[in-house]
Amino acid sequence: MKLSGSDIIVECLLEQGADTVFGYPGGAVLNIYDSLYKYSDKIHHIITSHEQGACHAADGYARSTGRTGVVIATSGPGATNLITGIATAYMDSVPLVAITGNVSRNLLGLDSFQEVDITGITMPITKHNFIVQNVEDLADTIRLAFRIASSGRKGPVLIDIPKDITAAFAEYEKQPAQAPFELPELDNADLDRAAELIKNSVRPYIYTGGGVIASDASEELKRLAELCDAPVSSSLMGQGAYDETDRRYIGMLGMHGTVKAAYALNHCDLFIGIGTRFSDRVTGDTSVFGKNAKIIHIDIDPAEFNKNIDVYTTVSGDVKAVLSALCEKIEQKHNPEWCSEVLDGDFGEPVQQGTEELPVTPQAVISKLDELTNGEAVISTEVGQNQMWAAQYYNYRKPRHFISSGGLGTMGFGLGASLGAKVGNPDKTVVNIAGDGSFAMNLNELITASAHGINIIQLVINNHVLGMVRQWQRLFYEKHFSQTTLDARHIDYVKLGEAFGIKTLVIEKNEDIQPVLSEALEISKSAPVMVEVRIDRDINVLPMIPAGKPVVDPITAISLDD
Amino acid sequence: MKEYVLSVKVANNNGVLLRVASLFSRRFFNIKSLNVAETETPEISRMTIVVAGDRKILEQIKNQLLKLYEVQEVNILDNAVCREHILIRAGRSEDDRHKIIEIANLYRAKPVDIHPDSIMVELTGEPAKIDSFIDLLKPFGIVKMVRSGISALERD
Repeated sequence: MKLSGSDIIVECLLEQGADTVFGYPGGAVLNIYDSLYKYSDKIHHIITSHEQGACHAADGYARSTGRTGVVIATSGPGATNLITGIATAYMDSVPLVAITGNVSRNLLGLDSFQEVDITGITMPITKHNFIVQNVEDLADTIRLAFRIASSGRKGPVLIDIPKDITAAFAEYEKQPAQAPFELPELDNADLDRAAELIKNSVRPYIYTGGGVIASDASEELKRLAELCDAPVSSSLMGQGAYDETDRRYIGMLGMHGTVKAAYALNHCDLFIGIGTRFSDRVTGDTSVFGKNAKIIHIDIDPAEFNKNIDVYTTVSGDVKAVLSALCEKIEQKHNPEWCSEVLDGDFGEPVQQGTEELPVTPQAVISKLDELTNGEAVISTEVGQNQMWAAQYYNYRKPRHFISSGGLGTMGFGLGASLGAKVGNPDKTVVNIAGDGSFAMNLNELITASAHGINIIQLVINNHVLGMVRQWQRLFYEKHFSQTTLDARHIDYVKLGEAFGIKTLVIEKNEDIQPVLSEALEISKSAPVMVEVRIDRDINVLPMIPAGKPVVDPITAISLDD
Repeated sequence: MKEYVLSVKVANNNGVLLRVASLFSRRFFNIKSLNVAETETPEISRMTIVVAGDRKILEQIKNQLLKLYEVQEVNILDNAVCREHILIRAGRSEDDRHKIIEIANLYRAKPVDIHPDSIMVELTGEPAKIDSFIDLLKPFGIVKMVRSGISALERD
């Protein structure tokens, strides 16, 4: 059957099961939007306030559902507005297909109106990208883009489509979605070596990253932890892969990890890193990271082996397959002394304190949110203190419930991401935990929430400062709070919400926490809602390991007076 | 830092050279030379890349290259025939020209363009041979030269 290029695009999206897309129309994608109009009963398009928000929404949709997210933007500025979103997805290995329009082929390369070389620009931040040169290649290019995005270590793929190609006609035949590319078979010798190390260890320690979630390997991870009789810790990205309420879970490792997790790192004899890339935010000083332990590194991407830290042995493959094979090779271990030393030990984890004037702490609010939602809400975050607090004080029970920009650290990510997460999980409570700084970056997406009835809860933890940068300025820049005090911004959040049609509540006393959160949860059943949480500006994120320092004895208190 | 020779098979598509070059640049890998052309199969090109580094960096380069969708195969060459081609013009007098021809004969280099005072010759050989040829021509004054970079194929 002969179809227009734009109809072929929509048909191919449907082939891939992509029935929800995020985007923003414009000149070069007029034909595509005409097809979306025609297919509006089959494909749900959500227009955001800005292409960046659309890209983060597609990302949040992908992270929370495991499906490939789709974002559509027009040429030129539409395409460049996607860049932060694409780079965010790339750093966190999120499967995403970005479709951009471009000017017609006869105008390419001539500095035409709204022309930009988006394939050139996105080369370093995509797994692969395409510019479609013939309408006959269009369908297969889209199919291949989805396949690349969801194969191996997942990631974003961009397809740039000149406008005349969306208008041209080609033969189209429906095809089933293809399975991801196959990975090489597991190396049995590598598995045996890992199993032998596990067998001989008496103080094993399991550390998990986002790869466990990407590979849907939570069950296998749980089994391995039981068999090894080991404590389990996680990176920021790995949160929820292992039930954080389980006795074996000892919190995050790294810059803002728990004291317990740091202790275990330095006292274990075997460190099993699973689906992780050993980010500098976790390892600190790499020359002493896990220096008393042999390190096994399990990952789908061999390029991560010995990249950031030197390891003892590696197992390459899909985490689920590797863990499943590894569990077959090891027998039940018993390390009661080690487990009791770590799991039952009191390591003096810090507790947050408010002030007399502003007594509320993020810890109290987020812990209460955890309690009221049974730890089952999907939590997205912005970047900075809000992100660390959301990571530390909410206990993620399941994978795909913590949605955060770990690698790129994108302020302004969370609100867009929460919209995508809610669209992908309409029956779940979705909360974006933001600071006032990050929130201001992309608060325009509140419009999207109210316009489309995407019933998220927007929590703004308002301390009137860029708290994380302020924290570093206090510690390392002699309290020169350069450009991080936002007192000149007199924002009335209640009115702001009202302007966008979003009811806004305020928490300013400890007695407010429970009733306000309960009310917000109730409202979110039928409408989006915002909560401003007023806190003191000098509540810091603790524990803390300064960048590049060994992950030993984290800072647990920061004096405000010296 | 040691030098290593990589032979990389890539899809012969628009932009593939840019993808590879961009990878080296953003990961701060050091390219000493890069040579690319079609193979016996027109859809496939072969790049011969000389890199400086240690074994660890080499392993990184290989693994990172293999992540590019259009890269099909990466071989680190240990036992290969390595050749380089040079075009070089040298000399400031007729006397120089005669002496350069003598040296060229010893190296089996071929004169390709002759002027009254200078001469352009071409030579193909192992990089070390090219280096020593250049050294011998230096006293005559090198007017201009171009080296092709190494191309290499594994011995069977």
